[in-house]
Amino acid sequence: MSVQISVNGKPMEVGPGTTVDGLLTLLNIKREYTAVAVNREVTPKSAYGTVTLSEGDKVEIVRPMGGG
Amino acid sequence: MYDTNLVLGGKEFTSRLIVGTGKYSTLEVMREAHEASGAEIVTVAVRRVSLPGTGESILDFIDTKRFTLLPNTAGCYTADEAVRTAYLAREAGMGDLVKLEVIGDQRTLFPDVPELIEATRTLAREGFIVMPYTNDDPVAARKLQDAGAACVMPLGAPIGSGLGIRNPYNIKIILETVTVPVIVDAGVGTASDAAVAMELGCDGVLMNTAIAGARDAVAMARAMRLAVEAGRLAYKAGRIGKKLYATASSPLEGLPDWTS
Repeated sequence: MSVQISVNGKPMEVGPGTTVDGLLTLLNIKREYTAVAVNREVTPKSAYGTVTLSEGDKVEIVRPMGGG
Repeated sequence: MYDTNLVLGGKEFTSRLIVGTGKYSTLEVMREAHEASGAEIVTVAVRRVSLPGTGESILDFIDTKRFTLLPNTAGCYTADEAVRTAYLAREAGMGDLVKLEVIGDQRTLFPDVPELIEATRTLAREGFIVMPYTNDDPVAARKLQDAGAACVMPLGAPIGSGLGIRNPYNIKIILETVTVPVIVDAGVGTASDAAVAMELGCDGVLMNTAIAGARDAVAMARAMRLAVEAGRLAYKAGRIGKKLYATASSPLEGLPDWTS
């Protein structure tokens, strides 16, 4: 049984019990200067290992980009 | 001449020029332009990572030990979006400074001032050093200061327009209205525009397109550095008053008599 979530607007399937930390590892995303929000709420870095993703969760992963 | 530092939320900066990181032809050119500008603060946007998370990062080209990052909330149209973006930036490790933008209109990119004031109040309460991009409106500037802004950043002209300081008189009134630093943000096209802002008495200038979009971005970055310094010096030096008629620079006495 997989869990359907969306990551940066794209649908994705992850295994049950996948944490934010697990997702970042799966996607090969560096932790430095990266931030994550799940369902509009910012996930503190200290909670990456404990926040588990559930069916329908909307995950946003951001980093700095060029801008003015 | 002795000059004070630019103070933003207790942090001190020697340079009064803040530059962007967008629209450069290459990231290498950006790095050289940052160097030439003498800036100590660089703005960045907060955007979704590309998936999968590989590829070069803009931070490979910014020495974060030397430059203070100023994340912006560009593209936000409500106070709620802007506040959430600021939280993301802080959690990402970009620090407490935030260039707060709440846009009210897509074509002009003019700010939505009521939303901006609300977001300023929320973020200042949460310990952010809030630097709001605002209209050249002295009343809005005062309300932003009252809401806890660390400075106010009135636009000189629409973002990316290069039209210069369209209403220097309003900027002057803003300078008399608030006690926090006033930084002209947006509209600068060339060096003289930056000098005008500083000669008015502004505490700094923030720009992106004027440098990044110039044919030679590195040369323009240096021009902007010199213009900001020259404008600041001229302001501190105290310019002469304007008069309609001439006043001779040479003495009128002691002229030889050439009459025959």
